[in-house]
Amino acid sequence: METLSLLALEPPGWGANLLRGLVNSIQIALGAFALGLLIGTAGAYGKLYGGRVTRDLLAIYTTVVRAVPELILILILYFAVTDAVNQVLLSFGYPRIQISGVVAGIAVLGVVQGAYATEVLRGAIMAVPSGQIEAARSMGMPPLMLARRITLPAMLAFAMPGMANLWLIATKDTALLAVVGFAELTLETRQAAATTKAFFTFYMAAGVLYLIVTLTSGLLFGRIERWARRGEPALRRAG
Amino acid sequence: MSEPGLTASAPARAGGRLPAWLPPHRIVLALIGLSLVWWCAGTLRWGWLPDYGWLIVAGIWRTIWLVVVTTLLGFALAVPLGLAQAVGPWYLALPARVFCTVIRGTPLLLQVWLLYFGLGSLFPSIPWIRDSDLWPLLRQAWPYAVLALTLSYAGYEGEVMRGAFKSVPRGQLEAAQAMGMPRLTILSRIWLPQAVMQVLPTLGGETVLQLKATPLVATITVVEIYAVASRVRQDTLIVYEPLLLLAVVYLALAGVIVLGFRWLEGRVPVRGV
Amino acid sequence: MKTGLTLAAALLLTAGTVAAQDVRVGIASEPYPPFASPDAAGNWVGWEVDIIGAVCAAAALNCIVTPVAWDGIIPSLTSGQIDAIMASMSITAARMETISFSDKYYNTPTVIVGALGVEMDATPEGLAGKIIGVQVSTVHQAYVDAYFGPTAAEVRLYQTQDEANQDLVAGRIDAIQADSIALDAFLATAEGAACCEVKGTVADDLVILGSGVGVGLRKEDTALLASFNAGIAAILADGTYDAITARYFASSIYGG
Repeated sequence: METLSLLALEPPGWGANLLRGLVNSIQIALGAFALGLLIGTAGAYGKLYGGRVTRDLLAIYTTVVRAVPELILILILYFAVTDAVNQVLLSFGYPRIQISGVVAGIAVLGVVQGAYATEVLRGAIMAVPSGQIEAARSMGMPPLMLARRITLPAMLAFAMPGMANLWLIATKDTALLAVVGFAELTLETRQAAATTKAFFTFYMAAGVLYLIVTLTSGLLFGRIERWARRGEPALRRAG
Repeated sequence: MSEPGLTASAPARAGGRLPAWLPPHRIVLALIGLSLVWWCAGTLRWGWLPDYGWLIVAGIWRTIWLVVVTTLLGFALAVPLGLAQAVGPWYLALPARVFCTVIRGTPLLLQVWLLYFGLGSLFPSIPWIRDSDLWPLLRQAWPYAVLALTLSYAGYEGEVMRGAFKSVPRGQLEAAQAMGMPRLTILSRIWLPQAVMQVLPTLGGETVLQLKATPLVATITVVEIYAVASRVRQDTLIVYEPLLLLAVVYLALAGVIVLGFRWLEGRVPVRGV
Repeated sequence: MKTGLTLAAALLLTAGTVAAQDVRVGIASEPYPPFASPDAAGNWVGWEVDIIGAVCAAAALNCIVTPVAWDGIIPSLTSGQIDAIMASMSITAARMETISFSDKYYNTPTVIVGALGVEMDATPEGLAGKIIGVQVSTVHQAYVDAYFGPTAAEVRLYQTQDEANQDLVAGRIDAIQADSIALDAFLATAEGAACCEVKGTVADDLVILGSGVGVGLRKEDTALLASFNAGIAAILADGTYDAITARYFASSIYGG
């Protein structure tokens, strides 16, 4: 069947191209998700325990990122960041560097994810029973140890649904990088479709690939949430 | 549990108090922000604004139109989807679930391109379609944009409404049934309003996300504000200023949506008050 | 641990950076056959890709072909992502305000392609009431806006030429304007031949359509400009240009 031959893994089938794009997409999504979590943790702590100015600045950050479409943020950050870095380097007399597509994509999507992660983690930390934190503080536990041993493990269960959602958003947002020209799955699909004219075939194939990723991720996150909630009494009792 | 670090209200000043939301540090921040805006307005290049004025207004109108139409249509589709999943028989619940899963599991950009270019690539094999009455509509790009955005909104809201319908106390529905109320009346007077009131904040957030999804239809030749800004960037080769204008426009529109939903939430009756 | 983190950060930033004497040549990430298109193995092939290789070899530059989105290619050049543009970009006065161009390396006429059997020609009257599709950010977009915009029913902007071609095949638009060679490649495909034909060549306009296709460079990179000009002159003189052209086209596309 012609459709299957187009998707074959060996040339002249485009299957290998699509899979390469998928690997790139997942790479960028993982990097962005991790960077987002880092920024989000810092942001959540800043919003909860920081000074007034810190909280307002973080509020501006989260509001702007959550109100402006990712596409525009990607364009602004992509050009502005590389421009700024190069201007700084040039002013110090160093030659220009070219930031690779993957790194730029991770940086841009990570900043976007960071804003959402700030809100998710802030809500999760606030859900940790304050009594535990107060008890640890009264025992003289240093703040870093408190975060590592009490807050973070406890808030993991609350943060799981939000984080699963963030991961899905990260995977789907990588598609937007196609409009900026990064070689991830959606761009490879567009190129394959444009070259072979089999638009329907390739867009459906890409959809199936994304669906596989999201469904697998859902199962994975479900597992992690069950592990994070281990030991909790069941919500629904018999009878 | 109070938010840690919450400060007391603003200090008193001679002749009156500052409002609680305007402590001194915010005035400083606001002044810095205003001077930033002033600097942007002065030093960056805005000479292209008058030339593209009408195009920008048309683009903003098109964006607003897209958000409103697809939100309303999408919500209308989401209600039966949520209902089917909440209480429907398996032959209704399963397709609804599959639909929501597929929509939420694939990127919107891909869905838009699949509907426009994918369907478009099937047209040559259906010659009689050019003589049909629908042809003028099928030639345009906006029906596909509306369809894609509506299906996307319905997919996400179907999930939300499923939870909402399930969370309305069963006792109310059973009482209404016992009184002999017809099923459609139960839905329209008791079930749906209460479900909607519960998830109003979520719907507000999702509507902002819908606003943020509209730029994607610029890739299928629908001319909304992002397409206009892209046009300005190509014609004038100015990189940042049109993007800044876009950011301001979307911030303003998102603000309007958030305020609108806050007003709606204010109208939700609270028990005992 | 701190040194480990800093090292990781430094490695991450420099991952993918290139040495100073390498030249990143930007091409459009959207396929544009027969000039540049990806094949099933992921390599870029086409007349323009071969010319890039030849010019860089003649100019002794280490060129790295870098696909970039077409509608962001000039900002990518000015912000330093790439060092040169060889993506069938026409030399126009408007673009020369922002970037500089090398000598041209090809120049071909511009044609209008429309559906078979439909009456139209490449004039404002001939295209009155028609829906015209063009690729965004090209000289063709500027030309259609200036000449056919007033009489045409609608002008639709597509991100890639292929999408415009596809909508013509689907019947959503009535005509497309683009480079004659790119459209010849389209008409050589099964769908193109079945649906459409060339309706005519548009009247030339040196200001809008430009005076040929050249290499786009940043204004301050004068040394690189000289290198590219030397390379283009070299391959024209020693026959490499003609050899490459013979592989793809029946006659020379250098133009007047």
